[in-house]
Amino acid sequence: MIPADVKLDTLGYFCPMPIIMTSKKIKELHMGQVLEVVSDDEGIKKDMPAWCQTTGHEMVGMEEEESQSKRIYKAFVKKTK
Amino acid sequence: MTTTQIEPAATLAELRESKPDRVTIVLLSGELDKAMAAFIIATGAAAMGMQVTMFFTFWGLNTIRKKGATSSATDWLRRMFGFLNKGGAENLPLSRFHFGGLGTKMMQKVMKQNRMPGVPELMETAKELGVRYIACTTTLGLMGISKDTLIEGIDQFAGVTTYLAEAKQGSVNLFI
Repeated sequence: MIPADVKLDTLGYFCPMPIIMTSKKIKELHMGQVLEVVSDDEGIKKDMPAWCQTTGHEMVGMEEEESQSKRIYKAFVKKTK
Repeated sequence: MTTTQIEPAATLAELRESKPDRVTIVLLSGELDKAMAAFIIATGAAAMGMQVTMFFTFWGLNTIRKKGATSSATDWLRRMFGFLNKGGAENLPLSRFHFGGLGTKMMQKVMKQNRMPGVPELMETAKELGVRYIACTTTLGLMGISKDTLIEGIDQFAGVTTYLAEAKQGSVNLFI
């Protein structure tokens, strides 16, 4: 488990909404805080690291969970700028 | 419930080093699916911090026309054309399986059920994220579309050289 300061629920949303919601939410965070983005869109596995690389935020880690035969992805992003 | 760690470094390594920061998209098409692709790319790029410019021409102009807008031209040919070619991001047909509107209605229903944003919602998001809209003056004139029948938030009315000046600096230039 990676500790997070703020949690963002994007369950049920498809690309590009999780990324757009992340880009909006990260603005509300303070420097160094970690945002946990919960998604069931598999694309986030590649999209979130790509978003972090382009924007300069730090990709802390990613977790994959299986609950009730649904796959859920948790991306942890640290605000660094 | 099982939890597995994914190594972000592995996925990062697959990405190229280049950092495109300017994107231009020419939207010539006026179909729902093509406009969706254009606005998904535009909003995605803007969310990545890239500067995005969209250039609307021909049928693509229908997305930035007010709902149900017709032509305000004075000559009957363009008036007739404007009557047949109604505007509005809500009214775009699918490029396939439109079936006189039925297929498109069904697709919009499926999109709603899946919480997928439609073209009007994507356009709203695009504006929030600072995507710039340029309307092509030549095709506006050709199709008898006046500026007052366009939606709010058109940043520029310009031609091909403005587009090319932008595109020259863009590392991602798309024509849809």
